[in-house]
Amino acid sequence: MLSAFTPDEQTAILLSLRVALLATFGALPFGIAAAWLLARRRFPGRALLDGLIHAPLVLPPVVTGYILLLLFGRRGAIGAYLWSWFGFTFAFRWTGAALACAVMGFPLLVRAIRLSLEAVDQRLEAAAGTLGASPVRVFLSITLPLMLPGILAGVVLCFAKALGEFGATITFVSNIPGETQTLPAAIYTYTQVPGGDAGALRLTLVAVVISLLALAASEGMARYAARRLGQA
Amino acid sequence: MSALEVNLDHTQGAFTLEVSFAAPDGVTALFGPSGSGKTTLVSLIAGLRQPRHGRIVVGEAVLLDTAKRFHLPPHRRRIGYVFQDARLFPHMTVRQNLHYGRDLAPADAVHQDESAIIELLGIGHLLDRRPAALSGGETQRVAIGRALLSAPRLLLMDEPLASLDQPRRLEILPYLERLCREARLPIVYVTHDVDEVVRLADTLVLLNQGRVLSCAPVETVLGDPALQRLTGRHEVSALLRASVQGPPEDGVQRLAHPAGMMHLPVANGLRVGASERLHVKARDVALATGSVRGLSIRNRLTCRIVRIEPQAGVDVLIELDAAGQRLASLITKEALVDLALAPGQQVVALIKAMTLARASDR
Repeated sequence: MLSAFTPDEQTAILLSLRVALLATFGALPFGIAAAWLLARRRFPGRALLDGLIHAPLVLPPVVTGYILLLLFGRRGAIGAYLWSWFGFTFAFRWTGAALACAVMGFPLLVRAIRLSLEAVDQRLEAAAGTLGASPVRVFLSITLPLMLPGILAGVVLCFAKALGEFGATITFVSNIPGETQTLPAAIYTYTQVPGGDAGALRLTLVAVVISLLALAASEGMARYAARRLGQA
Repeated sequence: MSALEVNLDHTQGAFTLEVSFAAPDGVTALFGPSGSGKTTLVSLIAGLRQPRHGRIVVGEAVLLDTAKRFHLPPHRRRIGYVFQDARLFPHMTVRQNLHYGRDLAPADAVHQDESAIIELLGIGHLLDRRPAALSGGETQRVAIGRALLSAPRLLLMDEPLASLDQPRRLEILPYLERLCREARLPIVYVTHDVDEVVRLADTLVLLNQGRVLSCAPVETVLGDPALQRLTGRHEVSALLRASVQGPPEDGVQRLAHPAGMMHLPVANGLRVGASERLHVKARDVALATGSVRGLSIRNRLTCRIVRIEPQAGVDVLIELDAAGQRLASLITKEALVDLALAPGQQVVALIKAMTLARASDR
């Protein structure tokens, strides 16, 4: 199927999938932790954390990308240490694109997970405790499975956001074919050159198909989860 | 040794709970009107809430001792808690629910016999279902099984029948009776229903406005006017303990009571020598002075009048001492005057056999 595309397009498609998957599943544990902190804990700085997580939702993506550059660029506040200690950098790498996508998708991920966590009946958790389950086991065996529909929804939203992310990515890691040129960047590049319309359209269709497949997969999984909870 | 010792001092908003009692083995009913602190008390025993001061001991295990800053977290208390609202895990089958606590119990815990419990609760055919597919009564039975299988030191049942309608209640009560008889662990049973107390409990802890009014064997408390005041319309009754004598004759079982022979209509003979508890309502007890002749009533107990307490209407409540056991009789004021009854006087309590009910056989 991929042979219908030019090698450059193939590269962009596969890179986009790789970036979006890493962004989504890399963000997931942090997303669950953040949702739990916001839903269940009262601590000083909670409003600040809430604001920080949601900032990418309201900031212009270019601004978010620029802040990432300031923080994680090779001379950035954090990036400089990553480079000098580990020889690792996000700058102009596909991992950087994934970081940008993760940051942009994070508020959507956290919101969905937090909503489902708030819907989990804490009386069930108390019951599990009286049956001998430690708090960690209660979380793994009761809370997490009951949150599953929300986690799935968050994962799909985050994945879709990551797949379509453009502004922050291009600002943070530029538009390097084969390294940081994801689908939206490739489409944008096509529109900037004469005769690029056909390529832009082909990649647009690919983006549509991938998004619809992700949506269908999440719908199927959500139904399965609902059936397991006996709600369907 | 007490099965359960509770000393608690707990404040929650404007509500203060100050309780202290020690319950022996068997079934202890926590009884009181709504708002008396019953649910708060059991959640404190389970460790779901923390009291300001207190000490809780189950058997030999100290669960809480604020004086020593000792507080066992709920998951290490090993208290089987049957909640009012069952709280089955919706994402697990009945079998997985039942095994949840069992698999977490320590290896050296005394486990209940799983197949016996499934049989006793009648839930064998439900094992592969999910909680959403269970009726209210089935849900509550599974919840009881789940708590029992977690190998608890103590079983707490918080109004397990409260969320059920009357037919479901009657369906589940026999299971509870068998459970209370056969389970070899102390049970605390929260209720505001006198019938449940009579059928299930050995000890009654009377709770009102966060305080313990009394803690005594059910037989002693049932005739207590304090109980009647607390329950409002509830009628005063008593439990008599008698031992089964010989095989039944013509469907009537004879039981020996220290105050006289008792006769109980039964479908099947009771185990000879077993100690039975018979529930007697005060309004079913008539009194006679002197010897009685030509009367159909078979149950005649020689009693002494302890107290005479006028009631709101035309009734008078006579508290009786039947060879050390408490009995109550409700008669009219007219009859009281007619017979010239007075405290200390000896009378014969007459109880129609048909009005007697077995409370439970322990």
